[in-house]
Amino acid sequence: MLPELGHFALILALLLAGLQAFFGIAGPALARDRWSGAVTSAVAGQAVMVATAVACLMGCFVGEDFSVAYVAENSNSALPLFYRVAALWGAHEGSLLLWILLLAAWTVAVALGSSRLPPRFAARVLGVLGVVSFGFLLFTLATSNPFLRLDPPAPDGRDLNPILQDPGLAVHPPILYTGYVGFAVAFAFAGAAMLEGRLDQNWARWTRPWTTAAWSFLTCGIALGSFWAYYELGWGGFWFWDPVENASFMPWLMGTALIHSLAVTDKRGLFKSWTLLLAILAFSLSLLGTFLVRSGVLVSVHSFAADPTRGIFILTFLIIMIGGALALYAWRAPLLRSSAGFELGARESFLLFNNVLLVTAAATVFAGTLAPLISDALKLGTLSVGPPYFNPTFMLSMLPLLALLSVGIHANWKRGRLEDSQRTLLYTFIAAAVLGCGFVIGLYSHGSVLTPIGATLAVWIVLSSLVDPIDRWRRGLTISRAVLGMTVAHIGLAVAVFALTTVQSFTIERDVSLAPGGTATVGDYEFRFGGVKPAEGPNYEAVAGTLTVTRHGAPVAVMTPQKRHYWVQRQVISETAIRMHRGNNLLLALGEDLGAGRWSVRIQIRPLVSLVWIAAFIMAMGGALAASDRRYRPVRARATAPEGATAGQPG
Amino acid sequence: MTPKRRRRLILVLGILVGVSIAGALALSAFRRNVTFFFDPTQVAAGQVPAGERFRLGGMVTQGSLRRAPGSLEARFVVTDFSHDVPVSYTGVLPDLFREGAGVVAHGRLRGDGTFVADEVLAKHDEKYMPPEVARSLKRRHGDSRAEPVGPATAEGTTGAPQGAPAQATAAPSAAGS
Repeated sequence: MLPELGHFALILALLLAGLQAFFGIAGPALARDRWSGAVTSAVAGQAVMVATAVACLMGCFVGEDFSVAYVAENSNSALPLFYRVAALWGAHEGSLLLWILLLAAWTVAVALGSSRLPPRFAARVLGVLGVVSFGFLLFTLATSNPFLRLDPPAPDGRDLNPILQDPGLAVHPPILYTGYVGFAVAFAFAGAAMLEGRLDQNWARWTRPWTTAAWSFLTCGIALGSFWAYYELGWGGFWFWDPVENASFMPWLMGTALIHSLAVTDKRGLFKSWTLLLAILAFSLSLLGTFLVRSGVLVSVHSFAADPTRGIFILTFLIIMIGGALALYAWRAPLLRSSAGFELGARESFLLFNNVLLVTAAATVFAGTLAPLISDALKLGTLSVGPPYFNPTFMLSMLPLLALLSVGIHANWKRGRLEDSQRTLLYTFIAAAVLGCGFVIGLYSHGSVLTPIGATLAVWIVLSSLVDPIDRWRRGLTISRAVLGMTVAHIGLAVAVFALTTVQSFTIERDVSLAPGGTATVGDYEFRFGGVKPAEGPNYEAVAGTLTVTRHGAPVAVMTPQKRHYWVQRQVISETAIRMHRGNNLLLALGEDLGAGRWSVRIQIRPLVSLVWIAAFIMAMGGALAASDRRYRPVRARATAPEGATAGQPG
Repeated sequence: MTPKRRRRLILVLGILVGVSIAGALALSAFRRNVTFFFDPTQVAAGQVPAGERFRLGGMVTQGSLRRAPGSLEARFVVTDFSHDVPVSYTGVLPDLFREGAGVVAHGRLRGDGTFVADEVLAKHDEKYMPPEVARSLKRRHGDSRAEPVGPATAEGTTGAPQGAPAQATAAPSAAGS
C-alpha cells in the first residue's frame, strides 16, 4: 500500500508543480493577480505531496518491503537501520526524489521569505521554480520511478553498495544536493527578472542571500564528499578530478563568480546582464552535473546505473531548461543596460577579473570533463583526461586570482586610485613572503617553486583581509555581517590554498610488503606489522591488520585497517585506518595476502590535509554569516540601504 | 576616442589576451596529458605509438594472476578473448580487482611486450564493468555477450555500453546466487 500511496503523491505533486508554474508565469503576464495569489497554495500542496512520497519510500526501506524494486535493489534485511534510511538516496531514483524534496524545501523557504517582495515578482520566481520542479517530477515518474513493484516480490534485497555503507552517505548527498538545488533559486530570480524585463539593485539585494546560502551548502557538500572519498575509497587522496567531483565543482566555480558579480550589481548597478548569465550558467551546470553523474554517461565511481532510454529525456529536459533560459536571455538582456562607468583600478575591475578567471577555470574543467564524451561521440578514440591536465590548467587561472584578491579587497568602488592602500599592500606582502617562505623552508626545506608561492599568497590574503576589519574594530566602528562573512570566507580560501600547497608538495605514498613483526619506515614514521586476525560486522566479515606506529622510537598509535568482505554483494572493501599526528594525516589501507605470510599495505602520509576540509567549512561559515546580514532582508529596505551603500562593502 | 572608451578597450583587450593565453596553454596541456584507450587486439596489431603512456583494458584471464610469494609485484594477463597482453604491476591492487573481471590499467609497453602498469583501476561494482572494456568486447565478438568469464561477473557482461545493471525487472534474488 505504501508504495502506491507514494506513487500517487508523486503524481499529485507533478500536477501541483504544473499549476505552480502556470499560475506563477501566466498570472503576472496576464495581470491576473488572483492567479498569482494561487501560486503559494500550489507551492504548499506540492511540498506536502513530495514529503509524503519521500516518507512512503522511507517507510518501504525501514519496513523492508522487498516487493518494491528500488528497495530490493538497494537494501537488505541484514542492513542496519541507519543505512536502510540512508539507502533512500543511495542510487539514481532515490537521489532524484531527494533532489525534488530539497527543491520543494527551497521553494517553501522562498515563498516564506518573499512575502515582502512585489507580489508579481514573487509569483514569477515561484513559477520558474515550478517549471524546474515539474521537469524533475516528470523525469522521475516517466523514467526513474522508485515505487515500481516486483512481481513476485524478492525474498531479500541485493543490499546497498558496500562503498556507500558509511556514515558519510547520510550527510554528504543531502548537503551537496541542497547546494546544487539552491542555485535553482538564483536561476528563478534571474528568470523572473527576465520575464519582467527589469532588473535593479533591489533585485541583486534579494538574490544575494539565497545565492550565498546555496553556495555555502555546496561548499560543505563538496568538502564532505572529498573527505568521504579520502577515508572510504582508500585510494589515497582527496580530489581525483573525477567527473562526479567536477560536476559539483563547476557549479561551485560559477556560483563563486555569481556571488562576486552580484556584489557589483547590488552596489553599483553594473554587470546586470552578466550576472543574469552567470545565474543561468551556474544552475545549468548543476543540472548537467546531476544528470551526467546519475545517468552513468560518464565513467565514475558514482555512476551506479545507466539506462540509455533516460538519455533522450535528459537531453530534452536540458535543452528546454537551458536553451529556454538562454533564449529568454538573448531576448531580454538588451533591455538591461548599465549606465555607470568605472576606472581600471577600481574594485569593479578586480571583480571583473575575478569573474573572468573563475569562468575560465570552470571552462577548463568543463572541457576536460566532457572531452571523453565528445571524443567518444565523434569516434575519435576513447580517451581519458586526468590530473596531469587538470592540475596545471586549473592553477593557471587560480594563481592570478589569488594574487589579485588581496589588491581587490583594498580597491575602492568606482575610483581607480590605489594610493591609499599601496603601503598596506606592500607591508602585508612582505610579511606574507617572509612567513610563507619561512614556513616552507624552515619546516620542510624542499618542495617545488610553487610551494613558497602558494604559501606566500595564502598568508597575504589572510593579512590583507584582516587589515580593514581590525582597523574598524580598533576605531570602535561596527562591522556588518556581510563584511565579516566575506573576510571569513576569504580567510577560508587562504587556509585551503595553504593546505593544498603543503599537501601537494609533501605527501608521501608507499605500498609495502610486510611480514608479521616486520617494519617499514616512511617519512619520519616506523610502521610495525603485527599480523592479521579475523573480525566480523553485521553484514560482513573482515580481516584486520594491526600496525604499531612510532616516530623516532616514540609511540604514536596502533592502527587497524580492515579488509571487509560483504556477504550479499560478495564485494571486498578496504576500510582504511586514519590517524592524525602533529598535523600529519596517516592513512593505512590493508592490501592483500601476498603469500609467505606477507601482506601488502598502502601507507600514506599527508601533512595538513585535514586543513583542506576545515578550510571549506570556514568558507561555508563565511557564506552563512554574509547571507544572514540584515541588509538582505527585504524588511523595509530603506532603513539600512543608505548606510549600507557607503559603509559596508561586501565583495 | 574618449579616455573612458580607451580604458574600456584596454580592459577588454587585456582580458581577451589573458583568456586566449589560458586557452592555448590549456589546449597544449590537454594534448600532452590525454591518455588513449587500447584493447589487447589493438596492442597486438601495433597500433600503440611506441613509448606512449596509454590505458589498457580488458578482462583479467582466469588463473593468470601470479606473484612471487611475499612480493609486491603482481603479474596477470589482460585479454579481449582474441589477444592477450601480459601485465606487471607493483603495489596494492584495487579492492575490485579479480580474475575474470574487467580491468583498466595505465602504463607503458616494455620492449618484451609486457605492459608495465603504474596504476590499476577496477572502478566498477559487481554489476558493472568499465564501459570501454564492454564496448571493446562487443566490437571483437559481436553480440556474443555471455563470454565465459566466470560466474561472479556474469551480470556485468550483459553487453550494453554502460554495463546496464539489472534494472527493475531483473530478479534481485539472482544477485544472491
